[in-house]
Amino acid sequence: MRTLIRVAAATAAAGLALTPGVALAAPSPSPGATTVTKAGTSFLTATSITAGQPVRVGASTGDHLYWSFRAEAGQVHEVGVTVAFGKPRTGPSTWTVDVFDGLRRRQACTAGAQTPTVDAAATGVTLGCTLRRVRPWAEPWSGDPLPGTYYVRLSVTELPEPDLGLPIEVDLLAGATDSGGASGDDGELAAPLVPNTRAGTVLTAEPTPEPAAEEETDLTGWLPEAGSRWVWTGVGGVLAAVAGVVGFALTRRPRRR
Amino acid sequence: MIFHCGSHYTRPVINKRRSTAVLWGLLAAIALIGPSPAGADDETTEPAAEPPKVELVLDVSGSMRARDIDGRSRISVAQQAFNEVVDGLPDETQLGIRVLGATYRGKDKKQGCRDTQQIVPVGPVDRTQAKAAVAGLRPTGFTPVGLALRSAAQDLGTGSTARRIVLITDGEDTCAPPDPCEVARELAAQGTRLVVDTLGLAPDEKVRRQLLCIAGATGGTYTAAQSADELTGRIKQLVDRARDTYTVTPAVVGGAAACADAPLLAPGVYTDREAFSEHRWYRVPVRAGQELRASVSIGLDRPVNPDYGVLLRATAPDGRELVRGVDAGSGRTDVVSAGLRWSAAEEEDAAGPTPTPSATAAARTVCLVVSNSFAARAGTRAEPGMPVELTVDVVAASPAPDGPDLGRGWALLLLLTLAGLVTGLVAGLLTRWWVATWREN
Repeated sequence: MRTLIRVAAATAAAGLALTPGVALAAPSPSPGATTVTKAGTSFLTATSITAGQPVRVGASTGDHLYWSFRAEAGQVHEVGVTVAFGKPRTGPSTWTVDVFDGLRRRQACTAGAQTPTVDAAATGVTLGCTLRRVRPWAEPWSGDPLPGTYYVRLSVTELPEPDLGLPIEVDLLAGATDSGGASGDDGELAAPLVPNTRAGTVLTAEPTPEPAAEEETDLTGWLPEAGSRWVWTGVGGVLAAVAGVVGFALTRRPRRR
Repeated sequence: MIFHCGSHYTRPVINKRRSTAVLWGLLAAIALIGPSPAGADDETTEPAAEPPKVELVLDVSGSMRARDIDGRSRISVAQQAFNEVVDGLPDETQLGIRVLGATYRGKDKKQGCRDTQQIVPVGPVDRTQAKAAVAGLRPTGFTPVGLALRSAAQDLGTGSTARRIVLITDGEDTCAPPDPCEVARELAAQGTRLVVDTLGLAPDEKVRRQLLCIAGATGGTYTAAQSADELTGRIKQLVDRARDTYTVTPAVVGGAAACADAPLLAPGVYTDREAFSEHRWYRVPVRAGQELRASVSIGLDRPVNPDYGVLLRATAPDGRELVRGVDAGSGRTDVVSAGLRWSAAEEEDAAGPTPTPSATAAARTVCLVVSNSFAARAGTRAEPGMPVELTVDVVAASPAPDGPDLGRGWALLLLLTLAGLVTGLVAGLLTRWWVATWREN
């Protein structure tokens, strides 16, 4: 019985240690990352950045600035933006950081100041957006975050017109927290949500039917996908076997000396 | 057995040699024929053959004499900025320079409003020649901005890459009509991807309104330059942006008013124009086992009421809605976007008539309809429509995962351990009882 308690205690301790941290730290630049000094002005021209890569770019008030980054399943991304104004403004301004997925669908922020308003005397504004955890699979009809490209757009949504065109300095940093496969989700997206940027072609006729691909009869088809579930279940089986032996031993009459 | 061993050993070597020879032959054949058309994926990474093209349009009208930027005249600040931009110009960028109001000294408005010349043709830049041409400029005449924009668009020509015009001016257009903003909208609607970035030198309210209107109509930017450094830095950034930006122009397509006669689209990026409250239909063939992905952005290239929305719907040819993407917003913005994914539900496939099991996968047609809920402000022109950017992709469908057959988590481990323990205890007790009974007997 003592052994059992010890095993349970060890299991609980290990469980606490392995549970992913809930609180997210503010994104910090990864060491050695080169600073990006560009920004795109539309979805198609968005400048590609990676998590941990700092961005510093000069712009004009009223510009719509676009960046894009890649996200993988299980990651939680956080975007932090700081805008510095050189001179005082004539009135209050409202700034917005919007995040879109590869299909240009608006993504919700779970935390962060997404649309702050600052008064005329402010010398800067800080914006932030923490995204939902990226799921490995979701129904086509859902708007859940999926692996692929994500777009960040910084814009000023409300301001007095005379303030347009004045210089600003923008600092942006995207950070990613990887929680591994602990999301509890199964499934896989056949192709990540990466937009097709080739120029399109208008077809003149319906495409001819294509021979249907032969259904592959794979012996491993009925097996569950490889993943952490195999490990958990395997360890569980071993523990069950050990516990069975322990339980069996407990019923033995103590051997007489 | 031993005799055979030798021949077995040598055969793979011969095969290897033969396959190497075949490989060399294939390589030679490919080199002669050229790249195989099958490498469609390579096209995405292939750089556009056409270099980025930019034209700087500089206002040299009489008002540029004003000495109000760091105590220097506006024209000298602009000249210094041009020199620095020309010095730092990337080799592959083709730059042209056009001036307006540079030569005509008279008072005749009709003649003064035709005063625009290209002083450096669009092409690889001869730095000394370009600098000399800029240095000789003296502030002189009228400000025919509209005409200069139209001429600059002609200088840049049409082609497969985006064109950028950087307009630097200090004064309002004195020659309307044509109104420069209308000209910009008309140029943007012509199909060539043309972006006009505007720079105002110490601008007043009227100039700012006009430049904002020109920039908004073409998806460009507006900057108010208050110092020489700001002007130089901004022009450099805009010229660099011409090189960095997306270089393939989306295909122009005209959506129909109904699904039946809508254009059939292959995967790719398209542009179109849509008026207020208009519906534009497109069709996309989607096979079983494929997923349709579409996104749309509608640009706000003119003043509209502050609340707006965009709706992208996918419907079956009979009008049944399959899925919709929607977004709405409020306030100042450049584009409003929505997107959707759709793949045929599995049950639908199974229920469909399947006379031959190994039949062909016929494509179903899915209709896409783009609509908007923008409201024009009083005096806003409805024609041409607002720019629409449509992205269509068809990829392999992602089927729903089966229920998990295996488990995960600490509760599972605890449950399995307890179950094992109970089983062990029961087995042990049963064994004891059985042994005791057996002994008694």
